[in-house]
Amino acid sequence: MRIHFKTSYQHDIRLFPDRWTFMVYGALMVLAFALPYLLDEFYLGEVTNVLIWAIAGLGLMLLTGQTGQASLGHAAFLAIGCYANTILIEQGVPFIIAFPLAGIITGFVGLLIAIPVLRLHGIYLAIATIALSVLADDIIVLTEPWSGGVSGKFPEMISIFGFEIERWTMPGRFYYLVLVVTIICTLFYRNLLRSPLGRAFAAVRDSEVSATAMGVHIARTKGKAFGLSCMITGWAGALMGYYAGTFNNETFSLVISITLLMMIVIGGLGSIHGAFFGAIVVAFLPQALSILKDNVVGSGVAIPGLETGVFGMILILFILFEPMGIYGRWLKIRTWFELFPFARKDMFRRQKSYLKTERLR
Amino acid sequence: MEVLQLLVSGLANGCVYGLIALGFVLIYKATEAVNFAQGDFMMIGAFVSLGLTNAEYMHLPFWIAAPLTISIMAVFGYLLDLFVLRHLFGQNQTAVVILTIAMGFVLRFVAGLIWGHEPQTLESPLALGDLHIGGVVLGMADVAVIVVTFLLTWFLYQFFQRTKLGLAMQAASQNQMAAYFMGIPVKRVQGLIWGLSGATAAVAGILFASKGAIDPNAGLLGIKAFAAAVIGGFGSLPGALAGGLIVGVIEPFAARYFAAGYSQIAPYALLLAVLVFRPHGLFSQVRVKKV
Repeated sequence: MRIHFKTSYQHDIRLFPDRWTFMVYGALMVLAFALPYLLDEFYLGEVTNVLIWAIAGLGLMLLTGQTGQASLGHAAFLAIGCYANTILIEQGVPFIIAFPLAGIITGFVGLLIAIPVLRLHGIYLAIATIALSVLADDIIVLTEPWSGGVSGKFPEMISIFGFEIERWTMPGRFYYLVLVVTIICTLFYRNLLRSPLGRAFAAVRDSEVSATAMGVHIARTKGKAFGLSCMITGWAGALMGYYAGTFNNETFSLVISITLLMMIVIGGLGSIHGAFFGAIVVAFLPQALSILKDNVVGSGVAIPGLETGVFGMILILFILFEPMGIYGRWLKIRTWFELFPFARKDMFRRQKSYLKTERLR
Repeated sequence: MEVLQLLVSGLANGCVYGLIALGFVLIYKATEAVNFAQGDFMMIGAFVSLGLTNAEYMHLPFWIAAPLTISIMAVFGYLLDLFVLRHLFGQNQTAVVILTIAMGFVLRFVAGLIWGHEPQTLESPLALGDLHIGGVVLGMADVAVIVVTFLLTWFLYQFFQRTKLGLAMQAASQNQMAAYFMGIPVKRVQGLIWGLSGATAAVAGILFASKGAIDPNAGLLGIKAFAAAVIGGFGSLPGALAGGLIVGVIEPFAARYFAAGYSQIAPYALLLAVLVFRPHGLFSQVRVKKV
């Protein structure tokens, strides 16, 4: 059992609470960098997919898990990031500038959209973002001269100072690119949580009224959260474009938005780990299901909607029995071992709460 | 004449949106949650009535099958609340939103397993014949949709305003704990409202299936019904119907007078415009808390 004896405020906000956690994450980092030598190309591609989803998950987590605003429209921002990156590169902007710029453009668009939309809250926000996600598809078709419309676009080979990266012919290099972006985004997220802005996000999530009383400007904070969240999502979108190799108006559909939201719920809302756990589930579930289906009903039999159906069922079970997601379960198991034999059954019991209307208060 | 024809067909479609939106509003009014699976409820209702009526399934007479469908869906809604949603009692709305989206996925999957993915039509006596009134052609099904929708909205409105149960439902949504103190069995009341919204979805489903073919993805129509409910302002039953009619009427006119790519975005653009300028709908009930 570890005891954190804090002697200064710095101890409370340092990146790693103790040497043991530092070593664990260091080992994880070494493993991540050694992965191309341990796995074959197919599985390396799958891990890359997990990391890209995790970046997108981090983006949405910042908004939904940290600031408490549910968005069902993040596929639209994936699309903006993806298109911005590809179009910039087509215009001759080098990747090393175009890629960060794509995220910043997405963040800026997100901020512009946030100004009217974030006056809404709860379900109204969810519905407005659904409309955004549906509109994105039509807007891509309408802006065909830039976006390529229905026929779509193919991202060009990445070139950083002449060093070429391509998803299919050199998956190892692409993996390292994604890994570096993932680490940067994770560190950014982690540091944001330690800053006053990150605390303001959490305050808005927990109670808007108390946050206002503490001097937090609700609308501005939500706008910043939306912008930063869209920025990270935009980077994920650009990487997704490279990973898919081709994309058009239907690539970033409402289903992707919903999958993203469900992913972070399954992983565990409000934690960085949750984004990664959820990404693992989302990326490996289709493979696992198709293997399972081939063994049970024989290959070649198509069951339409099986993936989303099973995904929905898993999600229902999580919301009912483990609302904190996979990370929450892991936390419980860890606590049980750390406190052994003093863990009690009711330590994580949900507080009984009663709902009040949002309309007539 | 063409304008009139567009208007009439738009009204009939709008009534279907309005019926789904009624389901949203019922649940929102009584539990403060939004059932994102309401469109899929309608789809299930349509398929249940189809399964009871059509010759290749049960082949019951339509006028027996219709009330049976409504009761089945009412029981389905009640049981869903009893076994699934009651676990989330008192929790934050977002959890219910995500839960109902997931339920929609599951319902679509199950409907596809049972009834297949081919579009099917209900052998409904409502689907026969057209009415000709002064050059405007009106399907009998459209007339039935419009009449039933207006009756149902009036009935539900009276139910909420006049009956003890309706008032209890409103109280339960406004403040659950206070409602408990007043002796309202909040959980049972919420179960009843889910049943009622299941029944509404069944009515919508039967009418929708009489108007045209249905397949498991018919529930995605629910997104347009959201637009309807938001425009009307969640929480107002006549507002839901009005919103549905607005969306329904805008669609055929946009398709007729706008360029091809722009017409299908009209309802969503309207939805966003309403959200920006009147964030809580045209029939707003929201007041912001002062700090």
